[in-house]
Amino acid sequence: MTYLAKPRLHHPSLTVNKVGYTRRDYEGKISTLCAGCGHDSISAAIIQACWELDIEPHRVAKLSGIGCSSKTPDYFLGASHGFNTVHGRMPSVLTGANLANRELLYLGISGDGDSASIGLGQFAHAMRRGVRMVYIVEDNGVYGLTKGQFSATADRGSKSKKGAINSDSPVDLIGMALQLGATYVARGFSGDKAQLVPLIKGAIGHGGAAFIDVISPCIAFNNHAGSTKCYDYVREHNEAVNRIDVITPRSEITTDYAPGDVMDVLQHDGRMLRLRKLHDGYDPTNRLAAMNHVQTHQAHGEVVTGLLYVDTDASDLHEALNTSTAPLNTLGRQELCPGARELAKLNAALHCGG
Amino acid sequence: MQPTNVANPSYFHKVVDCQWACPAHTPVPEYIRLIGQGRYSDAYMVNWVSNVFPGILGRTCDRPCEPACRRARVEQSNGEHPEPVAICRLKRVAADMKGDVSKRLPRLAPRNGKRIACIGAGPASLTVARDLAPLGYEVTVFDGEVKAGGFIRTQIPRFRLPESVIDEETGYILDLGVVFKSGQRIESMRALMAQGFDAVFVGCGAPRGRDLELPGRHEAAQNIHIGIDWLASVSFGHITSIGKRVIVLGGGNTAMDCCRSARRLGGTEVKVIVRSGFDEMKASPWEKEDARHEGIPIINFHAPKSFEHSHGQLTGMTFEVVKAVYDAQGQRSLVPTGEPDVLVECDAVLIAVGQENAFPWIERESGIEFDKWSLPKLDKDTFQSTVPNVFFGGDSAFGPKNIITAVAHGHEAAVSMDLFLHGEDIRQRPDPTTNLLSAKMGIHEWSYDNDTSNDHRFKVPWAKAEMALANIRVEVELGFDAATAFKEASRCLNCDVQTVFTAPACIECDACVDICPMDCISFTLNADEPDLRTRLKAPALNQTQDLYVSGALKTGRVMVKDEDVCLHCGLCAERCPTGAWDMQKFLLEPALAGASCRDRKKDSQLPGVVA
Ligand SMILES: Cc1cc2nc3c(=O)[nH]c(=O)nc-3n(C[C@H](O)[C@H](O)[C@H](O)COP(=O)(O)OP(=O)(O)OC[C@H]3O[C@@H](n4cnc5c(N)ncnc54)[C@H](O)[C@@H]3O)c2cc1C
Ligand SMILES: Cc1ncc(C[n+]2csc(CCOP(=O)(O)OP(=O)(O)O)c2C)c(N)n1
Ligand code: SF4
Ligand code: SF4
Ligand code: SF4
Ligand SMILES: [Mg+2]
Repeated sequence: MTYLAKPRLHHPSLTVNKVGYTRRDYEGKISTLCAGCGHDSISAAIIQACWELDIEPHRVAKLSGIGCSSKTPDYFLGASHGFNTVHGRMPSVLTGANLANRELLYLGISGDGDSASIGLGQFAHAMRRGVRMVYIVEDNGVYGLTKGQFSATADRGSKSKKGAINSDSPVDLIGMALQLGATYVARGFSGDKAQLVPLIKGAIGHGGAAFIDVISPCIAFNNHAGSTKCYDYVREHNEAVNRIDVITPRSEITTDYAPGDVMDVLQHDGRMLRLRKLHDGYDPTNRLAAMNHVQTHQAHGEVVTGLLYVDTDASDLHEALNTSTAPLNTLGRQELCPGARELAKLNAALHCGG
Repeated sequence: MQPTNVANPSYFHKVVDCQWACPAHTPVPEYIRLIGQGRYSDAYMVNWVSNVFPGILGRTCDRPCEPACRRARVEQSNGEHPEPVAICRLKRVAADMKGDVSKRLPRLAPRNGKRIACIGAGPASLTVARDLAPLGYEVTVFDGEVKAGGFIRTQIPRFRLPESVIDEETGYILDLGVVFKSGQRIESMRALMAQGFDAVFVGCGAPRGRDLELPGRHEAAQNIHIGIDWLASVSFGHITSIGKRVIVLGGGNTAMDCCRSARRLGGTEVKVIVRSGFDEMKASPWEKEDARHEGIPIINFHAPKSFEHSHGQLTGMTFEVVKAVYDAQGQRSLVPTGEPDVLVECDAVLIAVGQENAFPWIERESGIEFDKWSLPKLDKDTFQSTVPNVFFGGDSAFGPKNIITAVAHGHEAAVSMDLFLHGEDIRQRPDPTTNLLSAKMGIHEWSYDNDTSNDHRFKVPWAKAEMALANIRVEVELGFDAATAFKEASRCLNCDVQTVFTAPACIECDACVDICPMDCISFTLNADEPDLRTRLKAPALNQTQDLYVSGALKTGRVMVKDEDVCLHCGLCAERCPTGAWDMQKFLLEPALAGASCRDRKKDSQLPGVVA
């Protein structure tokens, strides 16, 4: 960590985006995490993605649980709304906030302990309900904040810093997200922003539950030989299925790739993701095939990354529940209390049924 | 690109922009830190070793370091007007607030039997004397004037530089056992050479002011003066008044001193009139500002045509109005606009249109050769003339420059003379002394203050205009007080505390990239420089600043750091988990004459000395 505030001075060539902010305006407080923690790189990737997408910081709500990873919302988007829930409860608080105001962009930031151990049930239900959010798990295979115990995503056979071997099976968050109905499922690596930033941008533009598992080495407790979540291991075993090359408004798409090499995915926000295939025959719109592919490669110790699955017809919880389109805090007396005649109608309808 | 060789002293030296730009390579951040700590005497001595005249230069230096200062670059598009650190005025703080430094001045080595003559007692000669006298040389300085200092004494007006400061700093040198032959103008080089000096240094300056031969010049001569002669007379008190309406011709430093002096000697309507445009004037921006502050208008694009007079009295000057036109090569010429000529009435004219070198006292038979501009033929590194034991420096060497350049010449010439008199090859220039030491004191503690200040440049307070204009000896600038000096010193970015990268330690975690406030650091595939410059986190557009490139890392990429706007805040090193980045204090001291520059020959082995 660092005690000084990051100097206000910035590079002279720094530019403002369409909403008038520089990338530096999307920063938060100076991080208190360990030097070299992968989580800080993810924060930087979120900052970059939000700046590139011209997001107004006050239209974002960032929610998290407990852990080093869950501390990070303090270190980015300092001008956004934030909520630090109790351990593992980010998904339910976020669901509530989302139901109350669907107009904000919801960033759910969590750790592997926060989501795969204590919060596993919460994670599962947010995914299956299709809460529209960007759910990022900063996955380091340990409880970093409590000094490095194995978390539920640690691979069986991987070694702790003190030499203990993990004998439990890992919780496979990607597999679960796919199975439970998440409509945008990706995996990234904190050490590869060229891949991570577009994955986050894609998730932000998605119209349903978007889940990104970001492998994020814990420099203090899980960056040694024998760990499958250390920089070296992830670099050596990274198997990317695709790269998001461009994200542009649909009208600006031009084709300069041989068909078959690329795939265009139209997003909910009107932007187009252009996926460049890196793995022959991988189809990110086929959920079962994606599950199969990830499982097969995982069995060989490979870390499959990229946009693994996307449902171009995603819908969300609001559609399913047919809720108010306007945020609840904007509803006036007229909408909330429609009068005696409406009440009588409602009662009549209930009587008919009875 | 090839990995950067940081073992080459020039690499890190260049990062210290101010020191690189200073002709004498003064270790600026080193003394600015000392000022910040209140160690004024130490700060003074750091200066004294490099630039010999800290109190004088702290008021008058041409300050090439300031336009080079990184602080102005990093303030670009960060709010207010970008400004360099007030390096020069901090130097003055060291001089003003120091204690007694006499005990710190060099001790004199026993005489080595060699005699050196210096012609002129300006900054160039005095630097030679300071460098050589303590080594045991018997140095004799000749000057036609009564007091030492050269143009510092005779030209620079007292309202910019009090005489006490000149006395003090020339005194430190003359007290080093230097023989000062005042009031002795050398009239014959051959006669001097016949006196058997082992080496001669010519530091006689560029003493002749250019004249303007225009109609009316002779008829109205009584009220027309050559600027530098007039300033010298003012300095000596021979001239104490001037007419009410004064025209100063010329756009350089001399013109600025002339107009401000005239303003103090009774000139109520003083105007500066220049041929060129305002922006092309040779005077420094702050000098122009000082003049305008004193109510002196600067009229540009007016070419003088004639002096007007009646009955032997000057009545005015006629000017042709011109404009600048540029040809295809971008060459500028001034052409008449066709507007009617302008008559400006006046009582006196000061001509400050340039200076010339003149060596009437150096006989051509002396063997000293001159080029077609009447400047001596010199080796530009050693300052040796065509007569091996005669050296030149200061304004006499390559034409009029400034004090700090004269000092730098003096140092180099002293090295040459010392090598020469030890029978060594003077073309073999000694390397500077360099030192690189980690500044790490604890996990997040450094031996320097790495918290970047957000302050804008502080202004030096001025004496009240009425007081300043009433007396030519009242110093206009008052200097920073200690509290302001501390704040201004904090603006310095400590560019000498270098970011040093150890490639094998790097795990490519990106922590340094993410924390760097100035987007200096990138990890990318290697390429040739022009390509690389466009592919960094922020484009490296300032070609004068180097890229620091590592060898290949584990992923095959390289680390590239653009030195341009680095704040030296050390955050990369604080964030690096492996210590691949470290902040290391770099100190470079140019070689000064003395044993460390020579082969190990004892003085007793000097040619011609009987031990
Ligand atoms: C009006 C004016 C203002 C200036 N202001 C500044 C300023 O603010 N900052 C700055 O950096 N520079 C300034 N300069 C320039 C600066 O003064 C000179 O560049 C510098 O002094 C040159 O130093 P020097 O040692 O070469 O010679 P000088 O300082 O010129 O000294 C030469 C000395 O040699 C003596 N001499 C000459 N011939 C003989 C001889 N034959 N025998 C014996 N003695 C001889 C002269 O009397 C003189 O004392 C200014 C110049 C002028 C004219
Ligand atoms: C209810 C509750 N139980 C246990 C804890 C102790 N605790 C704090 S952080 C943490 C694990 C965090 O792990 P993870 O989410 O992976 O975050 P990391 O620090 O690794 O980023 C635990 C168990 C707690 N704070 N609250
Ligand atoms: S303990 Fe691990 S996860 Fe927590 S800040 Fe340190 S490196 Fe990051
Ligand atoms: S910031 Fe300080 S060290 Fe850097 S160039 Fe300016 S004065 Fe020199
Ligand atoms: S912080 Fe250190 S280890 Fe990490 S990328 Fe930078 S230099 Fe390498
Ligand atoms: Mg964890």
